[in-house]
Amino acid sequence: MVQAQIQQKANIAAEIDEPGVRKWWEYFTFNTDHKVIGIQYLVTTFIFYCIGGVMADLVRTELRTPEVDFVTPEVYNSLFTLHATIMIFLWIVPAGAGFANYVLPLMIGAKDMAFPRLNALAFWIIPPAGLMLIASLLVGDAPDAGWTSYPPLSLLTGQVGEGIWIMSILLLGTSSILGAINFLVTLIKMRTPGLGFHQLPLFCWAMFATSALVLISTPVLAAGLILLAFDLFAGTTFFNPTGGGDPVVYQHMFWFYSHPAVYIMILPFFGVISEVIPVHSRKPIFGYKAIAYSSLAISFLGLIVWAHHMFTSGIPGWLRMFFMITTMIIAVPTGIKIFSWLATLWGGKLHLERPALLFAIGFVGTFVIGGISGVMLAAVPFDIHVHDTYFVVAHLHYVLFGGSVLGIYAAFYHWFPKMTGRMLNNFWGQVHFALTIIGLNLTFLPMHKLGMMGMNRRIAQYDPKFAFLNEICTYGAYLLAVSTLPFIINVIWSWMYGPKAGNNPWKALTLEWMTASPPAIENFHKPPILATGPYDYGLENTSEGVPLSDTEPVLSASTNSVLRANPDEPYPAIAAETDER
Amino acid sequence: MQSQTIDPAKTELNYHHKAEAAHYEEHPDFRLFGLIMFLVAEGMIFMGLFGAYLAFRATFPVWPPEGTPELELLLPGVNTINLIASSFVIHNADAAIKKNNVRGMQMWFAITAVMGIVFLAGQLYEYYHLEFGLTTNLFASAFYVLTGFHGLHVTIGVLAILAVLVRSLKPGHYTKEKHFGIEAAELYWHFVDVIWIILFGLLYIL
Amino acid sequence: MKIPSSIWTLLIGILLTLVSLWYGQNHNLLPAEASEEASLVDGLFNTMMTISTGIFLIVEGVLIYSVVRYRRRRDDDKDGPPIHGNVPLEILWTAIPAIIVIGISVYSFDVYNEMGGFNPHAIHQAPVSPQAMKMPGAAFAATLSTTPATAQSSLTQQEQDPATAAVRNADQIPQKQNAPGAGIVSPTIGPTIEKQSKPPALQVNVTGLQYAWIFTYPETGVTTGELHLPVGQQVRINITANDVIHAFWVPEFRLKQDAIPGRQTEISFTPSKEGTYALICAELCGPYHGAMRTQVVVEKPEAFAAWMQQQQVATTQTLDQAIAANPSSPPELTSTEFLAPYSRDMGITPETLHQIHN
Repeated sequence: MVQAQIQQKANIAAEIDEPGVRKWWEYFTFNTDHKVIGIQYLVTTFIFYCIGGVMADLVRTELRTPEVDFVTPEVYNSLFTLHATIMIFLWIVPAGAGFANYVLPLMIGAKDMAFPRLNALAFWIIPPAGLMLIASLLVGDAPDAGWTSYPPLSLLTGQVGEGIWIMSILLLGTSSILGAINFLVTLIKMRTPGLGFHQLPLFCWAMFATSALVLISTPVLAAGLILLAFDLFAGTTFFNPTGGGDPVVYQHMFWFYSHPAVYIMILPFFGVISEVIPVHSRKPIFGYKAIAYSSLAISFLGLIVWAHHMFTSGIPGWLRMFFMITTMIIAVPTGIKIFSWLATLWGGKLHLERPALLFAIGFVGTFVIGGISGVMLAAVPFDIHVHDTYFVVAHLHYVLFGGSVLGIYAAFYHWFPKMTGRMLNNFWGQVHFALTIIGLNLTFLPMHKLGMMGMNRRIAQYDPKFAFLNEICTYGAYLLAVSTLPFIINVIWSWMYGPKAGNNPWKALTLEWMTASPPAIENFHKPPILATGPYDYGLENTSEGVPLSDTEPVLSASTNSVLRANPDEPYPAIAAETDER
Repeated sequence: MQSQTIDPAKTELNYHHKAEAAHYEEHPDFRLFGLIMFLVAEGMIFMGLFGAYLAFRATFPVWPPEGTPELELLLPGVNTINLIASSFVIHNADAAIKKNNVRGMQMWFAITAVMGIVFLAGQLYEYYHLEFGLTTNLFASAFYVLTGFHGLHVTIGVLAILAVLVRSLKPGHYTKEKHFGIEAAELYWHFVDVIWIILFGLLYIL
Repeated sequence: MKIPSSIWTLLIGILLTLVSLWYGQNHNLLPAEASEEASLVDGLFNTMMTISTGIFLIVEGVLIYSVVRYRRRRDDDKDGPPIHGNVPLEILWTAIPAIIVIGISVYSFDVYNEMGGFNPHAIHQAPVSPQAMKMPGAAFAATLSTTPATAQSSLTQQEQDPATAAVRNADQIPQKQNAPGAGIVSPTIGPTIEKQSKPPALQVNVTGLQYAWIFTYPETGVTTGELHLPVGQQVRINITANDVIHAFWVPEFRLKQDAIPGRQTEISFTPSKEGTYALICAELCGPYHGAMRTQVVVEKPEAFAAWMQQQQVATTQTLDQAIAANPSSPPELTSTEFLAPYSRDMGITPETLHQIHN
């Protein structure tokens, strides 16, 4: 506990006493404060999550029985197309940007992002793009060629729907890129004095890796969609074999972005877990440098694995092998993270009553399953069997729901006090967690077997022998829908009536906790000081007068004791009394 | 320092960056850095298009496809030299403003704008006289989409140059310390030029 | 005296290994193996399953143990020990997964190679036989055989049988054999290593269209909607699509290949178990994608020959009827119109035809 007190004491000068106060209607305007924008992102994306979730449950309702008896096949195809498109481009990708927007400037001691107006613009692109996409369903011509939208099918199934889809994605991609530019410039240029890269919290490293990926890969999707749009509207034949075009080129361009997209969707939440676990286990993060650099490694490797989505498309054997190897290699930095998080939990003092930690632990336990199925998919001969089956659906939902969504919830529970100045209710958070974990495993675990036994994806009707397992999946999906209710009610009620949080309810050490909750509009009065490292929990367990070396490494005080990440720059020394600073 | 408990009683404040601390209100201008990031993204769109073009080129047994009239090289070649030269011209403008020579900067910028407009005119002339249309064959489609997308960027560049010119009419708007608009327009123009060189090589030479 | 923790760890490790080994072989997650290639794939999967079970048990085990043992006790407000890392341990848990994935990669490479993934057999340039020229649709085929004698023809493979050409509306969609990358043979799964020197016993041309599969046996000119194969004999199938991307998948064979319009792809395999299996389209091809399935019947060579005889008789009969029914010269008919009179015998339902027409 002494650590948090040191950090807070050092930052009394920087702190602004009055919590930030904003009127409710400011959240509906073109406001350039990163905190307002962050909340705008989070609320908007959560609403789209609910809409995407409704679509998922409609899909699962159709799939409860083997026959097509709930919606027409055309509507069904639109449902799963929109479900995926919404969840990816309107929920997980922008939710990461939302948390980053709120937290990043606070973590590095800045007053705002580098380009506040660009930041607001990036957000405001999202609601119209999303509404346009949903309107397509109401208008009667929704995209229905899957979120992958492969030509020639996507060129044949209705111009309006497909055109809306392309336009919407182009806009959302632009929003993502503008956000990434902001994050990169802010991280590189606006850190408070004394905050070198190796003193950055791991969430910042994660956002750095994510933003680099967004910058490099999203534009290639834009290029592919531009060519697709020309095929759709102008009669060109880039992807149409009747004119000599090649549908596989679209696949390359599409996946060149869409594979990094999945890392864009998980890396921020890897960062979140690296923040949540140390705080709520009261232990430093294990292997700081390894986790930091593994984010960069995943980011880089993520750019050279895309064709593992195309193993059966007709790419040469040597290319299949190359992508298999790069995909397998990505498992290594990911494994490093998982083991580091386990080692962080081990020996700590786990605050299991806090939902943030519950969701973080759930993340580790669930994501590992998705990671394992991912390595299996990397093996070409096995992928040939399970490509485009429910095995892939199982894998992707374990990593995206069990990974990203659980990570998003962990982030919500962790930073809600900072954002609103109120505490969320622990009991309902625990209920939320229990329902979510049970629901997600019920829904997605059977899908592994379904895929391997022969159920392909994107179908409304299936072989009756799969009926029983499909029923289980459907009921799990309904449970997931129900599980969001305790969360929504908790958030709304606590935002208004929850107990006040104070600056640092978790006794954490990163800089966002060194100012009021919610922070005042300018965040800090003066540049804050990092008097201790962001993960230096437990140092009060070493006492003065202890010998430099001791048989029990934890108790000795020398630099060799229990290897740790040494900062590059010495921390600035601080005066004890405020008026001496 | 990490291995000991920090004893607050024995520590001293020591800011290395006092100057920055004083100016916490305004931070240095990061806009050029932001523009560089943006141009990385723009560059990647073109890389995507170039990649697709190369893929199509490799797929087809004969490229350009049968029946495509050959592209003449004289006009586009001249246009290329025009564009490359304009990069040097716009650089002179930057050199001028760094010496506080607003008039000089305006002159060089105006010349660049003219060269840019000549480039676009040349493109349109070429389009008008080409014997193939957008949908004639795969090469034709790729040709129009690539050069058209690039031409769109040149247009934006010309507009940016003109906007800077208009702004420079206000006295004291650009000085040797503060001329982000000029640097930005110049960087963007260089970007557009480099893309054209690659494009020209791919479409006309290869 | 307490049992040292290292002994407990050893025992847990042994138990974990045994459980993983057992489950890796007894998971019951895959359907029957009906091709020789399937057993190779299943061996790979069982190994991956063993390793995965071990990793899963370790991670979940550590999590559960931590949650129980290290939960915060009431009124304990102190921090945990300030442990930042342990370099030898981190090296270990980087090296072991690296070795595992390299091992799986090598094993996968080996399986892929044995399946014939690296065998780009030479493309045949079999001439169109004179007899084929006389069949209805010959004029159709004739236009194909005189496909522009530009350099295109060297890389645009013509069908060896005009019936398939008709089915594949090759006049509208070029039938490329070579994949992008000039001169590279279309990606294939060739014959397994031991069978590389022998030509396949059987060749079938497979065409996917919304929402049916059409199989043509070039040697006999038979066209059907249901695939029949002799057990134990290597077959090479040549796959393409007429409209959008489909994919040929037989789960019991563990083989899948996209059917891409404009591209021909070949895979070779050997069915090893008699039975009737589902042949499923595994690439979204429209609203009725879920209905696009047919059957593969793997039967004894004698039964297969008998079936083939039957089909040939039926084809000749219906062909004669077709000629009688369609006196106008073939080029005016689209392939589907030509097939319409005897489509039902091919196993194509009226609904499918309706889809084709629309």
